[in-house]
Amino acid sequence: MPRITYAEAARQAILEEIRSDPRVFVMGEDVQRYPYEDVVEELGRERIRSTPISEAGFFGAGIGAALTGMRPVIEGAFSTFLYSAMDQIANQAAKSRYMFGGQASVPLVMRATVSYGIATAAHHSDRPWAIFAQIPGLKIIIPSTPFDAKGLLKSAIRDRNPVLCFDDWSLLGTAGEVPEGDYTVPLGVAEVKRSGTDLTIVALAAAVHRSLEAAEMLAKEGISADVVDLRTVVPMDRQTVIASVAKTGRLLVVDPAPGTCSVASEVAATVAQSAFEFLKGPIVRLTAPDVPVPFSPDLERLMYPTAEGIAAAARTLCRSHKIKTAMPLL
Amino acid sequence: MTGKVGSAQPLDEVQLREMLRRMLRIRHFEECAALQRSNLVGPLHNCIGQEGEIVGACMALRNDDYMTGNHRSHGHPIGKGVQLAPLMAELFGKRTGVCRGKGGSMHLADFSAGSLGESGIVGSLMPVAVGAGLSARLRRTDQVCLCFFGDGAANCGPFHEALNLAAIWKLPVIFLCENNAYALFTAQDETTPIVDIAQRAVAYNIPGVTVDGQDAWQVHDCVATAVARARAGEGPTLVEAKTYRYCEHQEFGNAFKAPTYRSEAEIAQWRARDPIDIFAARLRRDGKLTEADFERLQSEVRTEVSAALQFALESPPPQPEALYEDVFA
Ligand SMILES: Cc1ncc(C[n+]2csc(CCOP(=O)(O)OP(=O)(O)O)c2C)c(N)n1
Ligand SMILES: [Mg+2]
Repeated sequence: MPRITYAEAARQAILEEIRSDPRVFVMGEDVQRYPYEDVVEELGRERIRSTPISEAGFFGAGIGAALTGMRPVIEGAFSTFLYSAMDQIANQAAKSRYMFGGQASVPLVMRATVSYGIATAAHHSDRPWAIFAQIPGLKIIIPSTPFDAKGLLKSAIRDRNPVLCFDDWSLLGTAGEVPEGDYTVPLGVAEVKRSGTDLTIVALAAAVHRSLEAAEMLAKEGISADVVDLRTVVPMDRQTVIASVAKTGRLLVVDPAPGTCSVASEVAATVAQSAFEFLKGPIVRLTAPDVPVPFSPDLERLMYPTAEGIAAAARTLCRSHKIKTAMPLL
Repeated sequence: MTGKVGSAQPLDEVQLREMLRRMLRIRHFEECAALQRSNLVGPLHNCIGQEGEIVGACMALRNDDYMTGNHRSHGHPIGKGVQLAPLMAELFGKRTGVCRGKGGSMHLADFSAGSLGESGIVGSLMPVAVGAGLSARLRRTDQVCLCFFGDGAANCGPFHEALNLAAIWKLPVIFLCENNAYALFTAQDETTPIVDIAQRAVAYNIPGVTVDGQDAWQVHDCVATAVARARAGEGPTLVEAKTYRYCEHQEFGNAFKAPTYRSEAEIAQWRARDPIDIFAARLRRDGKLTEADFERLQSEVRTEVSAALQFALESPPPQPEALYEDVFA
């Protein structure tokens, strides 16, 4: 199987869908220059469509095209630019089907790069999946490997609903095995990346890899971790999380977004509500603090869960057989 | 640069009658809804007084053309020719409503008539209309999209983004500004540095035309020219129809008393230029409508509206499981 980067795998998914389905096209700022320059001649400027800097405009245009039989893919650039198109995403894409009583559907994919940890400061560095998870009608995927990027994006393009795809910037250059040609990864199915018995670590985006590194360290100390990659935030595969906690009795959730009302909170609440009887200790969330992202790397580096931090939290959790004191706020 | 009022295909007698019928439908539908006010929940944004521009514009479309609208939504689907009963049932939040009771008065969108939505968010569907035009282009059809919006919406960001996109991509979109002189209780001159919204077309290098919105004939002529242009691949047009709403911004039962912001004299002046009167008078003058024809038309429409009301009142409410239906396709 060829090894390619996440970025290339995602591009492959989109190009394969454009070639096989005349309804699919891609649009966004500068896309004819990057990253689709080499296919403009083959696929044409209509379907590799560069846009003005006009987020409300071209997100809305994507919705209108989706409502009328097309399957647009929007390259939305940085996730913080989604806010400039917020009305289109939250009021139009998400609600059109429901509010019009099922008359409409909006088969639209919106990609947004989530860049953090690279000194882009607050205006380019949010991890806003939880904000959008609060908007019923949107599906949300967060691939963590090249294989998932291609497979999930293909499913997203073929889905009849608006799907937001958050691409973790730190993963775009990472390589992995990706089959040539067609395959899909279904939406709404988490993946157990590593099987263990002592605790469950649920993670998303690049935090999946930090969690796997932590699990490796923990294994050497005799602590065996189940690592679950959520992959899709909406719909959330609660069943896989619950089944894992039923096995391990402990839950650590790792999410690089701010903790308040986060995806991590939702996973924690799910387990508290549906798997309480299996718990041997408190549920722990490892998230970013509730602060905007600072520019200085000396500050920013303090924000996100690291492999060491995950391992440390796991150790504490596995040692606490009884809940004596509240876990410190991390 | 402003465009000309066109000289599109003249309307035949059947079409002219149909125009009058649709204008009467809007009027009677809304009068009926207003009388039902105490039985309805939520606001009602009536467009009585604006029937000429709505029907004039819609009659320039084919059935398979698209349309987007706004919160003042009742007139748009009626103008496009859809049946009244599911629209009325929607006002009552019934299972048989056009949106199965999930949209209500501000969202009377009938997709079977090419509607792509009516929106409670001012200006929001203008980019969506552009997308419909883009889709028509990509699918190599000659469909167009008619985008209704208010004078207030002309100051929203999406107005400018939509016009710019449609202009650079030369898309088949007709932007129709229903300029009723007010946004809520604020007059246009307090919010907008120009008198004619159509002037903004200059900034996007597209034709901009201001027409008398009380004259359905004139609106039709102008929109038909814009439609022909759009179908020919020549791009969008901004049409501004000067019109007026007789009613308050919205009917909210007795709960809310509108502030004073316009004079009785002004309302009377506009009422004297009623679009239905103007249109019917012209048909009479041209020998295309007798008094008896008009009476008959009116009584047919009254019957239709009564039947729609009856249907709405007798329809069952949505079933509880509908709460969870259609979040996703
Ligand atoms: C984005 C947004 N801002 C404010 C409102 C509140 N609002 C509803 S209707 C309206 C006035 C709209 O005026 P106009 O576009 O001229 O349409 P009209 O009501 O006159 O037909 C306003 C401000 C809204 N619905 N959406
Ligand atoms: Mg107005």
